[in-house]
Amino acid sequence: MKIRLTLFLLIFTSFVKGQEANDLLKKVRGKLEKVNDYVASGKMRTNVIFMKVPVASIKVYFKKPNRLKIKNESGISLVPKGSISISLNNVLTADGYTAIDAGTAAIGKTEVRVIKLLPVDDNNEVVLSTLFIDPVRLLVLKSKTTTRDNGTYELEMSYNKYADYALPDKVIFSFNTKEYKLPKGVTFDYDDGSEKKETNGKPKKGKVELSYSSYIINKGIDESIFK
Amino acid sequence: MWKLLQIELFKIYKRPRTYISFAAVLAIVSVVQIALRYDGQSYIGFMMSGLSDTFEFQNEKVLNGYLVCFIILNTLLIHVPLLVALIAADAVAGEANMGTLRLLVSKPISRTQLILVKFTASVLYIILLLLWMAVLALFVSIMIFGTNDMVVLRNDSFHQMQVNDVLWRYFMAFAYATVAMSTVAALSLLLSVFAENSVGPIVATISIVIVLTILSEMNIPLYDKTVKPWLFTSHMVAWKGFFYVKSTEDGETIRGSVENLPAITRSFSILLGYIILFTGLAVLSFNKKDILS
Repeated sequence: MKIRLTLFLLIFTSFVKGQEANDLLKKVRGKLEKVNDYVASGKMRTNVIFMKVPVASIKVYFKKPNRLKIKNESGISLVPKGSISISLNNVLTADGYTAIDAGTAAIGKTEVRVIKLLPVDDNNEVVLSTLFIDPVRLLVLKSKTTTRDNGTYELEMSYNKYADYALPDKVIFSFNTKEYKLPKGVTFDYDDGSEKKETNGKPKKGKVELSYSSYIINKGIDESIFK
Repeated sequence: MWKLLQIELFKIYKRPRTYISFAAVLAIVSVVQIALRYDGQSYIGFMMSGLSDTFEFQNEKVLNGYLVCFIILNTLLIHVPLLVALIAADAVAGEANMGTLRLLVSKPISRTQLILVKFTASVLYIILLLLWMAVLALFVSIMIFGTNDMVVLRNDSFHQMQVNDVLWRYFMAFAYATVAMSTVAALSLLLSVFAENSVGPIVATISIVIVLTILSEMNIPLYDKTVKPWLFTSHMVAWKGFFYVKSTEDGETIRGSVENLPAITRSFSILLGYIILFTGLAVLSFNKKDILS
């Protein structure tokens, strides 16, 4: 009898917790759903060990459900693959996930709820997503997405002016980079005698920081932008 | 001295082989430009293959006039010294071959002056050739491909410069190339002093440049620290140093910066040293030479 009761309590508790996680996700999703499309202007800083890249003035185009394009109107911008996850809508509006409440954690001084999303489909490219949600403001402050082929992406977001739409002012996108090497016979480098950084061939972390200065929300975006 | 220089320049101007170099540069530059115009995307795809696993980028923006000029200058790495040798190696040996050298030295001018004037004429020819190359490789490429940020791919790093931070680098690179090519001219002139016709010094200069370039590009630890730093061919490619930029700790390109300016200055000094050495030896040898032709 005791075993049955314990089992019942365990199942009931996890069901309630799962339900709470789903409720919280639903509220966050509700906030995100206010945005059908946006055009954000801002600056993009790329920090990858082997790259020297200027700060780029960019425009980010988003359209529901999960279409995202980063464009550098004047110069060349290198956008990390998987940057689609820069948009939270991609994770949150997708169906076919099981939400698991993983307790609480702290990001800075804010106590956040940790929710793990497991895809129902075994063949999904995303293996696991972990969201760190501010339950008071209903905002995702951090997310970690582990993919089958492209390693783990991490997003850190801070909000200010556009918090009502759950649109961040700053996004830090961390990703894995592969080792970069070109044959010397191709590049004919000038050897200036400077010491070369040793690499061990293992993947390194790269970062892209997007600082948005303004958003134009729900004004419609032409489809041709995403081609 | 000025009159003498004018005569030397007139000789270069009258020699048909002078125009071979200009035609060759036109041919090489045009071939590369046509190839990149019609199949540049696959070339960029190949060059950027190390990044395409991690990043998405617009190939059409990467392939612009600035990058095309950089690619052309890379392909001309071997060829231009050969074109310079065609003229510089002919300076003394050509006169000997035609039988005008004895006549020339019988004039009331010193042999030192004569060699220095011939070297100066070769340098002026180099300047004209590089200007021609700049017009074709840089300005025509800009007209065909437009301008945008420039990317430079090194063996182990990727450098990106903003569009308005590139042109001055080309001016510096072409100025540096003039010094680099003058080193080849000085070598040719030196070899020319010992020959009775120009074929020998031309072939000798080309052979020396090829052998030393191969040595400079080989990665053999034995040579890396001992021989390579002293080969003039190792320093001839220092013009590329103007396209290697400094960055902040966060990897942000510093506008107007050069990654290792002291190294370029050192390379420049070494080339100047070689020019003085080769020209000095040419003057010495020519002064001692028993001129029979």
